Amino acid sequence: MDYVLLTEQFLNGFQLGIILFLMAAGLTLVFGIMDLVNLSHGSMFMIGAFVGGTLALVTGSFIFGVILMIPAMLVIGIVVERISLQTLYARDHLDQVLATFGLILFFNEAVRLIWGPEGLVVPLPDFVDGSVALGAGITYPVYRIVIIVLGLLVALGLYLLVSRTRIGMLIRAGASNRAMAGALGVNIPMLFSVVFGIGAVLAGLAGLIITPITAAQIGMGEDVLILAFVVIVIGGIGSIRGAFIASILTGVIDTMGRSFLDVFLLLFLPENAAESAGPALSSMLIYVLMAAILFFRPQGLFPPKGA
Amino acid sequence: MDALRNPTNILSAIVIGLCAIVPFAAPAVGEPFYVIVFARIMIWAIAAVSLNLIMGYGGMISFGHAVYLGVGGYTIGILAFHGVTSAWIQWPLAIGACALISLIFGAISLRTRGVYFIMITLALAQMIFFLSVSAERYGSDDGLNILTRSDFGVEFYDLNHKLTMYYTIFAVLVASVFVSWRLVNSRFGLVMRGAKSNDTRVQAVGVSTYLYRLSAFVIAGVMCGIAGLLQANLENFVSPDMMDWRRSGELIFMVVLGGMSTLFGPVTGAFVFLMLSEVLASITHHWHIIFGPFLVLVVLFARGGIAGLLTPRSARE
Amino acid sequence: MLKKLMGLAAIVTLMASPAAADIKIGFVTTLTTPVAVIGKDMRDAVELAMEHIGGKMGGEDVEIVYGDDEFNSQKGKQATERLVLRDDVDIVAGYIWSNVLLASAPVVLNANKILISANAGPSPLAGAQCHENFFNIAWQNDQTPMALGELLNQQGVKSLYLVAPNYAAGQNMVAGVERTFNGEVVGKDMTVWPSQRDWSAELSKVKAAKPDGVFTFYPGPAGPAFIKQYQQAGLEGSVPLYSVYTLDSISLPLFQKAGMETVLGTKMTQFWAPDLDNEANKKFVADFRAKYGRYPSFYAAQSYDSILYIKSAVDAVGGKISDTDGMRAALESADFPSIRGAFKMGNNHFPIQNFYERTVVKDADGNWTTAVGRTVLKDHQDPYASQCKMG
Repeated sequence: MDYVLLTEQFLNGFQLGIILFLMAAGLTLVFGIMDLVNLSHGSMFMIGAFVGGTLALVTGSFIFGVILMIPAMLVIGIVVERISLQTLYARDHLDQVLATFGLILFFNEAVRLIWGPEGLVVPLPDFVDGSVALGAGITYPVYRIVIIVLGLLVALGLYLLVSRTRIGMLIRAGASNRAMAGALGVNIPMLFSVVFGIGAVLAGLAGLIITPITAAQIGMGEDVLILAFVVIVIGGIGSIRGAFIASILTGVIDTMGRSFLDVFLLLFLPENAAESAGPALSSMLIYVLMAAILFFRPQGLFPPKGA
Repeated sequence: MDALRNPTNILSAIVIGLCAIVPFAAPAVGEPFYVIVFARIMIWAIAAVSLNLIMGYGGMISFGHAVYLGVGGYTIGILAFHGVTSAWIQWPLAIGACALISLIFGAISLRTRGVYFIMITLALAQMIFFLSVSAERYGSDDGLNILTRSDFGVEFYDLNHKLTMYYTIFAVLVASVFVSWRLVNSRFGLVMRGAKSNDTRVQAVGVSTYLYRLSAFVIAGVMCGIAGLLQANLENFVSPDMMDWRRSGELIFMVVLGGMSTLFGPVTGAFVFLMLSEVLASITHHWHIIFGPFLVLVVLFARGGIAGLLTPRSARE
Repeated sequence: MLKKLMGLAAIVTLMASPAAADIKIGFVTTLTTPVAVIGKDMRDAVELAMEHIGGKMGGEDVEIVYGDDEFNSQKGKQATERLVLRDDVDIVAGYIWSNVLLASAPVVLNANKILISANAGPSPLAGAQCHENFFNIAWQNDQTPMALGELLNQQGVKSLYLVAPNYAAGQNMVAGVERTFNGEVVGKDMTVWPSQRDWSAELSKVKAAKPDGVFTFYPGPAGPAFIKQYQQAGLEGSVPLYSVYTLDSISLPLFQKAGMETVLGTKMTQFWAPDLDNEANKKFVADFRAKYGRYPSFYAAQSYDSILYIKSAVDAVGGKISDTDGMRAALESADFPSIRGAFKMGNNHFPIQNFYERTVVKDADGNWTTAVGRTVLKDHQDPYASQCKMG
C-alpha cells in the first residue's frame, strides 16, 4: 500500500478526531458534572461558526474572529444555560432530551432568520491557505495542520485547567460527587454556568475552525453531535482523557475505513461485492466499534473515578 | 367504570372515533386530503404506542426507536424490489427482521443505564440509518419506490383499495393499544413497572429484570416494525429518512405530549403533534421557531402531557 | 381542544388558499433548510415571470401555490399531496431534486394532472417510466455531464477521477461523463449526501491517483465547500477541476466575497448562460438583475421558462386548462420564447437542445459570472429517450 496516502489519511483522521474532541470535551463535562443530556451542544457548534465567521468577516481577519468568538460564545453559553437549562438539572434525562431537542429546532430557525438560508463562507488568511510539503513526498493542507496543532494545545490547556487549577479541582469534585461538593460549600450554580460556558466556547471553536473548510450552514452541528455522543460513550462519560483518546480513535478509524475498506475487502470478495459493501461497512464501522466496546465495558474505556 | 368519567379517556375515544369515521367524513366535507393525513397519523400513533410500552412503562428511553419503522419498511421495499410481493412472505419476514434487530440491539443496550442507554440506542439506530444510506442498490439516500403493495392473494382483501388500507391501519392501531393494555396489566407489566421505579428491589425478590426488559424491548420493536411495514405500503415508498434520528426524537415527543405511561396518551400525542405541525407549517415556513419553544414549554410546564392537563390535580399519582 | 384545533386547521386551510383564481399552479421547491437559497432563486424567477405575463394565462387569472419539499423526498411527496389533493391545483411544476421528483411524480400523475419539472431530470422518468403527462423543461441529468465528457476529450484529458454525491442525480452525472469520456477513469468516490462536507479522505486519494483532471458535481452550498477544500489540498495548480451545476450564480458571489480568484477561468458545460444571446434571455436577465440585484442562476432561468412554457400551452387551449389533451399537444410542440433559444421537445418529453462550454469570468462591472463559449453538443437528446415507450 502507498505509504504517502496512508500517512495523509492518518492525518485526515487525526484532524477529524480533533474536531470531535473539541465537541466531546464540553459535552462530556456537562454530562459528567451536571448529569445533563444536552442535544443543543450541536447548536453551539453552529452558532460559534456563524458568530465567529461574522466577526471574522467584519474585522477582516480570521484570527480576530477566533479571538472575539471566545468571549461571545462564553456569554451565549451562559445565557442559554441560565435561561433555559437551569430548570432542567432537576429533571430526568427524558425531559432534558426533549427540551434540548426543542432548542435545536429553535436555534436552527433563528440562525436562518438572522443569516439567511445560504450559510456563510469564511475565507482563510493567505498564510495558512494552500498546502505544504512535509517531506518524503507528503504534502498536506497548512490549515489542517493548524487545526491539529490548535486542538492539541486546547487539549493540553484543558488538561492543565482540570488538573492544576482551583476551578479544575471544583470540576473534578463536581464530576465525582456533586452532592458532596455542594455540601462542602462549592457554589454549584456558578460552577455549572462556567462549565457550560467553557463547553460552549469549545464547541463554538470547533464549529468556527472547520468553517473555512466546510462553510457554515444551518444544522451543521447535528452530525458532529451524534459522532461526539459516540465518542463520549466510548471514552467514558465525564472523562476528558477518555474523550480525547476516543475522539482520535473514532476520527482515524472512520477516515481509514472510508479510504481503505473497499481495497481491503477486495482481498476476500469479488470486485462488485467489495465496491458496494465497502461504503456500507465503512459508514457503520464506528458504531460497531462503540457497540463492541460497550458490550465489554458498559461504562466506556475510562469511566471517571467515583462514578 | 371510572374510566368513562376520566377526561383523558373521553378525548382518546374522540380521537379513535374520529379515526374510524374519517374516510367517510372527510370527503363529505370536501377535504379528502385528510384521509391520507389520518392514515399517516395512525401509523405514527402505532409507533408511539410501541415506544410508550418501553419508555412509559419500562423507563427505557430509546432514542433510536424510529429505526424499526425503517427496518419494517425496508424489508417490504427490498422484497418488492426483488419481485416478492406476497404479504404472506413479506409480513412475517418484516416482523422477523424487526424481532432479530431489536433482540440484538436490546441485548447490547440493556447492559447500560441512563444516559448511556439513550446514546447507545441512538448510535445503533444511526448504524442502520447509514447502512440504508449507503445501500446503492436500494436507492441510497433517494429511497426506494414500491411499485406494488403487499398482496394477500385474496380478492376481497386488497391493500390497493383505499378503505382496506385505511382500516387495516386502524385495526392494527386498536390492536396495539389492546396489546399494551393486556401487557401492562399482567405480571409482565408489574415487573416492568417495578424495574422502572426500583430495579434492585425487584431483582432482590429473585426476578431477573433483564429478560423481562429485553422481551419488552423486542415486543416494542416488532410493534413499531409493523407500523413501518404499513407505512411502506401506504406511501409506496421507503427512504432512510424514516429512521433519521429526528424521527426518533419526534416519537419521544409524541409520547410525552400525549402523556407517558397512559394507554391512549401516545395516540392523542401523535394526533396533536402531526396536526400541529401541519397547521404551523401552513402558517409560516419558519414554523420551527414556534415549534421548538413549544416543545420546551411542554417539557417545563406540562410534564404529564395532555393526559396530565386533563386529569384533575387530585387524581394524579 | 380538539374542536378548536380542527377549527384552526380549517381556518388555516382557508387562509392558505385565498380567493380562488381561475388557474392554480402548484410549484414545489425547497423553501427551508440550507439549500432554500436555491428555492428562493426559483421563487424569485417565478414571481418575475408572473409579472411579465401580467398574472394571466389564456386570459384567465393565475395563482401560484408554493410547496416546500424541505430537501427531503418524503416531505416533498407530502407537499405534493397537499397541492394536488387539498389545494386542487391544475398543474404542478418545480422540483429541484431528482429523488424528491421520483417520490412525488406518482401523486401528480395518478391524479391525471400535468407535471413539469423545472430542474430535476432523473433517468427513470426519461426512459422506462416516462409518462404522457410528465414534461421536463430543463434537461435530463446525463446530458450536461455528457457534454462535459466531450469537452474533456477535446481538452486532451486522458485520465479522470470522479467525486460526486451518492444520490439519484449524482449517479446520473457520473454515468453521463463516463458515457462520453474516452480516457481512463482512475478513481470514483460517491460520498454520503447531503451530510458529508469534509472531503479530506477523497482528496488525498485523488492526490495519490495523480489524474489529468477531476470531475465533480455538488449542487447548492456543498459546491463552494468542495472547491475550497480542493484548493487547500494543493490540487488547484496541478489537477484541473471540471464541474457541472456546481459553480453558478448562487455560489459565485460567495467566492467573490471570499476573494477566491482561482475560481475564475474554471470551465463547465451547460445549456444556458446569463449572456446567451437571444431576446427572451436578454429580457429575463436584465429584469431579474434590475429587480433582485444579482444574476439569475440556471435554476431561476428554468423556473422562469417553466411559467412561460405553461402559459404557451394554456394560451393554446384558450384558458381551458382542464383540456388535458390540448395542453399536452401544446406542451409537446413547445412553441414559446425560451431563455435558451430555439429547442424541440423529444419523444420522452425531455428537451433536445444545445450544450455550451461555460467559463467563469468577471463582467464589465467586476461581478463574477459565467460566459458562454463554443457549442459542445448540438441538438442533443438524452440517451434514455429510446427506452421510452409512450402512448
